[in-house]
Amino acid sequence: MTPVPSPELFSADGMAGLIFLIMIGVTLAGGFIAATAERLVRALSGIVICFTGVAGFYYFLNSPFMAMMQILIYVGAICVTISFAIMLAAPEQQLKSSPSNLLSGPVGFMIAALIFGGMSALALTTEWQASPKTASGSGREIGIHLLTTYSMIFELISIVLLIAIIGAIVIARGGRN
Amino acid sequence: MALLSIHNYLTTYLVFGAMLFSLGIYGLVTRKTLIGMLIAAELMLAGVSINFMAFNRFLAPDPSIGQIFTLFIMAIAAAEAAIGLSIVVAVYRHYKTVDAEELVNLKG
Repeated sequence: MTPVPSPELFSADGMAGLIFLIMIGVTLAGGFIAATAERLVRALSGIVICFTGVAGFYYFLNSPFMAMMQILIYVGAICVTISFAIMLAAPEQQLKSSPSNLLSGPVGFMIAALIFGGMSALALTTEWQASPKTASGSGREIGIHLLTTYSMIFELISIVLLIAIIGAIVIARGGRN
Repeated sequence: MALLSIHNYLTTYLVFGAMLFSLGIYGLVTRKTLIGMLIAAELMLAGVSINFMAFNRFLAPDPSIGQIFTLFIMAIAAAEAAIGLSIVVAVYRHYKTVDAEELVNLKG
């Protein structure tokens, strides 16, 4: 990859880089809260922060459409659903008081650190081959692809979602008299 | 590589995605409640999606394909969350707990 010269801090590129650095910090903090907070509501708040940061990453990856979808689907739908599940199914304070099993604690941390180290080493040492761009990836092109090349998958995914919604209602209703 | 231009490099996003993924794995193996595990699984999915989007932006010839793939990942994640949470609610109604260590009825 060709090296990009370092921009001045008070220029458009420099401010973009600064915002990117802040976003990395915020997203990682949110993910850390989501993975380690003792109470589930705090973990949920952490994952909302993390998902919003990930939407910002999608902006930096030339895809405002996916950033909007990320906020709409993850922050707007999945996190609200999880918050309802927490209210319905976890009234007691979920503190880490029960005796820990083998995986929690240092062993779990070791596993996560090993996976992170391995994947980062792979990403840093591999020589990635970029192919020349044939399209721009705008929202218009995504729409055309969704309704022509991938129309079958588009229909299938809507059927999967429909079945998931019906199945969720059926499973959650069962046992209620 | 200067610090202010790291958003122009593929490896930044790959390492960041790996970090989110391993945070999700850490949460998945340390959490004791089913809802906490689900939250950690969503974290892993976010890391995977960042990986896809990064390859899509930097390497793929047609950048709309990866966005469509990530959109499908999001749809599957939404379906998974809906089903998983309804199972959690059903389990809670039956056992009065969502602690994964107390749900041992099928344990051999």
